[in-house]
Amino acid sequence: MTTIQKGVGISEKVPEPDPDELARQSLKKIKHKFIVMSGKGGVGKTSVSVNIAIALAKRGFKVGLMDVDVHGPDIPRMLGLKGMLGASEDRKILPIQFSENLGAVSIESLMLNKDDAIIWRGPVKHSAIRQFIGEVDWGNLDFMIIDSPPGTGDEPLTVAQLIKDAKAIIVTTPQEVALADVRKSINFCKTVKMEIFGLIENMSGYTCPHCGKAVDIFGAGGGERTAIMSSIAFLGKIPFDPTMVKSSDAGISFQDSYPESPITRAYEQIAENITKRCA
Amino acid sequence: MADCKGSSMGIQEKNAAMEQQKKLNDALSKIKHKFLVMSGKGGVGKTSVAVNLGIALGNKGYKVGIMDVDLHGPDVPRMLGLSGLASACEGQNKLAPMRYSENVSAMSIECVMPNKDDAVIWRGPLKHSAINQFISDVAWGELDFLIIDSPPGTGDEPLSVAQTIADARPIIVTTPQEVALSDVRKSINFCKKIQRELFGLIENMSGYVCPHCGKAVDLFGTGGGEKTAKQFGINFLGRIPFDPNLVKAGDEGYSYQEKYKDTIAAEAFSAIADKLAALIK
Repeated sequence: MTTIQKGVGISEKVPEPDPDELARQSLKKIKHKFIVMSGKGGVGKTSVSVNIAIALAKRGFKVGLMDVDVHGPDIPRMLGLKGMLGASEDRKILPIQFSENLGAVSIESLMLNKDDAIIWRGPVKHSAIRQFIGEVDWGNLDFMIIDSPPGTGDEPLTVAQLIKDAKAIIVTTPQEVALADVRKSINFCKTVKMEIFGLIENMSGYTCPHCGKAVDIFGAGGGERTAIMSSIAFLGKIPFDPTMVKSSDAGISFQDSYPESPITRAYEQIAENITKRCA
Repeated sequence: MADCKGSSMGIQEKNAAMEQQKKLNDALSKIKHKFLVMSGKGGVGKTSVAVNLGIALGNKGYKVGIMDVDLHGPDVPRMLGLSGLASACEGQNKLAPMRYSENVSAMSIECVMPNKDDAVIWRGPLKHSAINQFISDVAWGELDFLIIDSPPGTGDEPLSVAQTIADARPIIVTTPQEVALSDVRKSINFCKKIQRELFGLIENMSGYVCPHCGKAVDLFGTGGGEKTAKQFGINFLGRIPFDPNLVKAGDEGYSYQEKYKDTIAAEAFSAIADKLAALIK
């Protein structure tokens, strides 16, 4: 007989939904999930996540962007999303819409002061990520793109555990220090049994705006070589362009502003690649 | 009498914890100045900066230890050209740090991993213990400076360092673009919340000179770090230009400052090292 409900009347007691079950319910309605990860920081995971999402949305797919980098949540800035997340009638969080097809959720969209630091240890991050899945009204999505912080710690581990069918897209820059960390990401995926969808080489080569000559700021080709060596699909090379940095800072879609740029074409190619392989 | 058993276990555990704390305090008491190199955004060059400040201070005759608390992307050994595994220190129950030069030694999780490509898939609490052991169970000896290279963000690793090393001074590294600066403001607020005074801010990858035509290009913009420092009343330690040779030196594990002595970047590192060294006098 466990009828004693310390201080809570039976009529008031609403059964607490199991957070894992909520997450499962949300995930059922999402066809394909990708986690964008990297070994080293600053290789452009967020840029790549945002731009793949935009490219997929332009093709008419419903896309959700989930920012699980709680310490450096840059997705809202890069998409130019201001303001706070709203709530739906059934008390779920609503993603902020970038366009009709693309919605995003980030911890930053829940913070009144955007400059506050989230000083959280691992277990709190785990619960937050689970809430981002289960307590957000993502609706029916073709693709969910998850932007993770660098490394092989709590955040990607939580995603791997909660989203069993998430596939990894690994982003790297071409220099050896980054590639050494990519090999760790590959081994992470093997250990947690997550399928690696492919590898993207970012900041690959640069053309001087003054003289037009190519400069390899971080080298070039290292990502492709690593993909071949590890038998991973190579999804493409994205050149460095300071205009991309500026667009991200200003929260403007690079692909809309520069539809003819090699970067835009590279993302279209990657989106096509994803679409084909997911068909 | 289950309680009795429980409490005696507690005492043993307490003794072990006290022993660990004593080792930690002993190790820390032999190190004069500790710096925590941190950033909001990843890939701004924390490790490059940590390694090059360490080398610059070593060149000036100081004893320097470089401690890599980035357990998921431990790049300090590669950048210093250190391979192989750390060995036990004779006569002490401690690990010997890897030696880069007479004055500079380093410790990283990579120095205890036989397969360097293995991923360290650890959650926070395990990382906290590892970081404590990097101090208490490594024979750093007498040091003028300990430079601690942290992963980006305001999570477990910088928090553990801040809690374990009460007198660690944070140095924030940033690149000049706004996305990086917004994350810097988070790092500044992190330091405020944990009540730690910031030692200063460094702007890395600040401008770039085309090797073909010699004209300046702002890869990530320029000056944003200095502006942010001024805005928050933080000491601006200096600006380091982007140089592909610095990338190459990091990849191949040789000292950029020795090979490219007269470059602006080498001079910038030396000048910043002087600001750290000023604490000694």
